Amino acid sequence: MTPEYAVFALILAFGLACLIWLNPLLDRVGIGRVSTDLRLAAGVTLLIGIAFVMLIYAFLTSDFSVAYVAQNSNTALPSYFKLSAVWGAHEGSFLLWCLVACVWMLALGFKLRDSASLELQYAVPVMALLITGFLLFMLLTSNPFERSFPFVPSEGGDLNPLLQDFALIVHPPMLYVGYVGLTVPFAIAVSALIHGQESRNFAALMQPFVLIAWAFLTLGIALGSWWAYYELGWGGWWFWDPVENASFMPWLVATALIHSLAATKLRGVFIGWTLLLAILGAGLSLLGAFLVRSGILTSVHAFALDPERGLFILLLLVASIGSALALFAWRAPRFGALANFGVYSREFWLLINNALLVVATSVVLLGTLYPLLHEFLTEEKVSVGPPYFNAVFVPLMVLLSIAMGVGQYTVWGARAFPGTRELMWIGALALGCGLLLPLVFTGALSIAGFMATSLAGWLVFGVIEQCRTSKGGRACRAGMWIAHVGFACSLLGVGFTSQYSVERDLALSAGESAQVGDLVFEFQGVTEAAGPNYLAERGRLQVRAVNGGQFFTLLPEKRRYRSGGQVMTEAAIQPALVRDVYVSLGTRIEDDRWSLRIQIKPFVRLIWLGALIMLLGGLCHAWLIRSGRLA
Amino acid sequence: MRPIRRRRLALLLSVLAGAALATTLALLALNQNLDLFYPPADVVSGKAPIGKRIRAGGMVESGSLRHGIDGLEVRFRVTDMQANSFSVHYQGILPDLFREGQGVIATGELQSNGVLNADLLLAKHDENYMPPELAEIIPH
Repeated sequence: MTPEYAVFALILAFGLACLIWLNPLLDRVGIGRVSTDLRLAAGVTLLIGIAFVMLIYAFLTSDFSVAYVAQNSNTALPSYFKLSAVWGAHEGSFLLWCLVACVWMLALGFKLRDSASLELQYAVPVMALLITGFLLFMLLTSNPFERSFPFVPSEGGDLNPLLQDFALIVHPPMLYVGYVGLTVPFAIAVSALIHGQESRNFAALMQPFVLIAWAFLTLGIALGSWWAYYELGWGGWWFWDPVENASFMPWLVATALIHSLAATKLRGVFIGWTLLLAILGAGLSLLGAFLVRSGILTSVHAFALDPERGLFILLLLVASIGSALALFAWRAPRFGALANFGVYSREFWLLINNALLVVATSVVLLGTLYPLLHEFLTEEKVSVGPPYFNAVFVPLMVLLSIAMGVGQYTVWGARAFPGTRELMWIGALALGCGLLLPLVFTGALSIAGFMATSLAGWLVFGVIEQCRTSKGGRACRAGMWIAHVGFACSLLGVGFTSQYSVERDLALSAGESAQVGDLVFEFQGVTEAAGPNYLAERGRLQVRAVNGGQFFTLLPEKRRYRSGGQVMTEAAIQPALVRDVYVSLGTRIEDDRWSLRIQIKPFVRLIWLGALIMLLGGLCHAWLIRSGRLA
Repeated sequence: MRPIRRRRLALLLSVLAGAALATTLALLALNQNLDLFYPPADVVSGKAPIGKRIRAGGMVESGSLRHGIDGLEVRFRVTDMQANSFSVHYQGILPDLFREGQGVIATGELQSNGVLNADLLLAKHDENYMPPELAEIIPH
């Protein structure tokens, strides 16, 4: 199997993808279609799948004549990391991106195989046009199969040690399924706009795609945050890093889209707005690809700097989103029925939800892109730190949570609230919880703890009350309830972790102990240990609670990887739902004296648990639609 | 005005007002939280403001790293490999890729004696990557 066959497969796939979007044009000039969209889409997917399998094969057999393999793998790497190294750097991860895009196109083609709907006939061709762009980008600037002839190295470089980890095997594929999945609603929206007759039929098709893409995006972001937490070694779970923002902005827009789509599908309102959100979602996901792959921003995630690649993606972004927005500006007036609803209706509260989410997206976008703008204007280099994002984002989320609690209580088209009294009871109960719970768990009261707990209570009690009282129509609200409880759960985790975490940097000699919070840490020194491709200095700490009870050992490591000589902190974590105990080994100061960072992080797991529950909500609703249980 | 027109106008005005408010607040927050980057030459020449949160970076000067008595206090010098260098004071654990002779970006406040009191050190995160700020001032 030579890698050249894979390149050949990619070129063939490029040709087939071109045929898909040429199809409608050929049809129009009277030549007729080459084949059905579905068949061609299956062909493209198969070819890219073959190329992908060949890249995996090159990694598993350590074929260092392929430059990408030589740079990112070596023979000592365990085979599961050889697999994840396939998408561990730019070229391979973009091949995965293309493959995922093709699978989504295939799914779309499958859904539409018997459809005679004129407004959806361009969806697959639009998708294929995007994929043509992706493939061109890969073939011209980032071919993963490029050979390292004539000097084939006998041993490869190494996969970045930070990426040698379980979460990083699954994080990129999950994230890409979400990211790229947002191009499906884009394609559907563009198709509806090209057809240009007012209708809301596209909404029913778009909904399951958005839900599933959103669910995977949620999972991908949560996995990334979890990975950063335990693998970067310093216990942070969100950094407002440009690349994190790049995945978070499409998520915010997709969340808005899910809500406006529900209104469009069921009530026929916000049609134009929904189409716009679908375009913006794909735009932000391409913008994310641009930020990550051009390396123009300082980030812990960025791939190495390459202006040529950046320029190509920027062109792709401008061409696709620019033309879609122009099309929108031209055709949208045809979709604008003036809605008629009052402030007590669900429509109104969904509008509030959308406004808040879009503003939140805009402020994150501003903070992410501002350094570029500033440098362009003044040639000074600036960075926008987490304080900015916290200052603008947190108030918006508080407003969003308050509106969410009311919104989930409303009814379509209503002229009055169904239960003002219940709502007040729920509010009072939530405030009571906010005062009481932080006091019980931590013995201290704080604004953040109070806010997080009462807002979470506001949402959860609302859901419980609804579950209890609603007679019919539980199925169509189940997904929403689950997702909202998940949101509350994450909210609680974020509030408690940021407010009540304890962090201490210490210098300890073997045999010394220190007390942090209600735990005593006894440092027992450092021993050497060997892993498959690294040497580690492994510290040993005995931890016990001051009042007895808990007793455990933590083994934080400092690893030095053999091939690259990189040093990495491997934190030791005692996880629990209530609190994590987190110890990282710093540096040797002298002989047996080491610096250590000890952290106690209450309820940090709720952040990711909440994300999992949210994702479950999204999938639940998608499944209910599919099984036809929603009237 | 017809009721529909009036409602449209009200909607438009409230959207505009909301957007203006959000933009103002966001820009205010942005303005307060911008960390400007200064290369060693600017720190030495006094171009970098004193007592304001800034980022400054360059190469860690070889042989300049000193540990305090308790082991957590660190002092080192940052240089642009030409003639300019300044001192950094940091309390805490050094990042994994922090080395003498390697790039570093320190965030903190510059004191009047020319020492940067850093609370955050950013070393490059892998062998091949160089933050864009440093790529320009450090000769390869």
